[in-house]
Amino acid sequence: MTSEEVRKSILDIIADIAPDEDLSGIQDEVKLRDQFDLDSMDFLDIVMELRKRFNLEVPEADYPQLVTMSSCVEYLTPRLKDHQPVG
Amino acid sequence: MKYDALIIGAGLSGLAAGIRLAMFDRKTLLVEKHVEIGGLNSFYTRKHRTFDVGLHAMTNFSPRGVRSSPLGKLLKQLRIPHEDFRLCEQGVSEIRFPGKSLSFSNEFGLLEQEVAEQFPQQIDGFRRLVEKIRAFDELNLDDHATISSREVVASCVTDPVLMDMIFCPLMYYGNASEGDMDFYQFVIMFKSIFLEGFAKPKGGMPYILNMLKDKFVQLGGEIRMGAPVKAIHTAGEALRAVELEDGEEIEAGCVLSSAGYVETMGLCQPPQADADRHAVGRMSFIESIFVLDREPRDLGFDKSIVFFCTAPRFAYRVPGELIDVTSGVLCAPNNFQYPEPLPEGVLRLTNQASFEHWDRLARSDYRAAKKAERERALNELCKFFPDFRPNVVFLDTFTPKTIRKYTGHLNGAVYGSPHKVKDGVTPVRNLFICGTDQGFLGIIGATLSGISMANRHVLQASRSPIQQAGDVHA
Repeated sequence: MTSEEVRKSILDIIADIAPDEDLSGIQDEVKLRDQFDLDSMDFLDIVMELRKRFNLEVPEADYPQLVTMSSCVEYLTPRLKDHQPVG
Repeated sequence: MKYDALIIGAGLSGLAAGIRLAMFDRKTLLVEKHVEIGGLNSFYTRKHRTFDVGLHAMTNFSPRGVRSSPLGKLLKQLRIPHEDFRLCEQGVSEIRFPGKSLSFSNEFGLLEQEVAEQFPQQIDGFRRLVEKIRAFDELNLDDHATISSREVVASCVTDPVLMDMIFCPLMYYGNASEGDMDFYQFVIMFKSIFLEGFAKPKGGMPYILNMLKDKFVQLGGEIRMGAPVKAIHTAGEALRAVELEDGEEIEAGCVLSSAGYVETMGLCQPPQADADRHAVGRMSFIESIFVLDREPRDLGFDKSIVFFCTAPRFAYRVPGELIDVTSGVLCAPNNFQYPEPLPEGVLRLTNQASFEHWDRLARSDYRAAKKAERERALNELCKFFPDFRPNVVFLDTFTPKTIRKYTGHLNGAVYGSPHKVKDGVTPVRNLFICGTDQGFLGIIGATLSGISMANRHVLQASRSPIQQAGDVHA
């Protein structure tokens, strides 16, 4: 996947977890937690979805890398480069 | 065949845990001893009428869009849209004591105003108490301190009648202990009843339960009904296999049990030393359901739920006789804001009852006792309420024995053991408790219990206990 496809995948995951949120105005540099009222239960779901969709284990120590959209893309792009986008 | 997880009990906590695990591709088997799903919040059919068991109302009502409330967390974790729960809010409910009455609704301001009017000397203390409750983190799974609610309430409110009136609904709807309650439970109940409020799902428990079951099955979960667990076989500190009543042995990476703590330990082979030391719950109830020939409102019952006490002081303890008629809960399901009226008028009356006394009765005396005790309860009720007996077209009563029979919970204790295992951990390494004895009560609470325990012990199992501490609900 390209970094743009990774970004789209993350948006898909957040849309599934928080169906009531309007994601169109997402700001890539602002903490996801602050924009979308996500709590630790939601972050667990993001990690679980990455595992389910891409067979990717995010170790506990790397959770801080998932704090903003741009840090997610930066962290995940090299790890998902051999993956095809999953709808 | 080996499962990632086996769940004992297809009640709300078991179904919710199952959905979470199946959602993330854990191979999950749910086993239920009864032929119906639901456990302590189930339903039954008599003469073509379906009645909910246990459910007067769902507590913890919060509107659509609120994601941080218990209901909001539950919906997002199970990925169920708010409208799918089809919740119909209450009208006005009441706490009715001799000479005093406090109305409350899903707007907390009403209760505050009622306290100010009925107990003007107490309103400042009451507001202080509410501040304490709002500031308390009742969902911290790793806080094991025990605080007496009576002491906390007494530090704010000094009128014993007001104290009793505050405790009465909270105890009836979720207290496993006699006399007092642990403060975190008090906070859970106060928030869920007074700060959030009541609603009923259109279609009742069958609707909610079937929705959860269908979701579990669609996600790939397996469910077996009429499959009681005979034994949980352990080797050293670890689980080896679960044996069903028919002799089949099932291997699983872990087991989540909603059967109750003592009940679950009692299934372990060889027996766990801990089992005998854990407190067994004793609080149980008798409930009568009256189908009426008209709406309760037309007979003078306009409240959704009334918590009443006909004696000067309210007692919450196992009665020294079959039932205690001097207090109870009267629910009029029709007085919830359904989009269209329910087909029939219904009143439900709940009183405290003693399993021991009911269990002692000879089989031939049991039916007569049900009838006599129901009559005694109605006679007492009619001191406070209009007599609706001439308008009853059908009635049914269930007792602590009925609850024991269908749920397997010792003593028919609907709120389980007074000693809750908040982190769900047992002496067996991969055996965990969810549901009533984990400590989140009510329909929303039980469901969140299943979610929390599945998250903590299965989905997050690779994380260290310190990292897990407290953040399941953060």
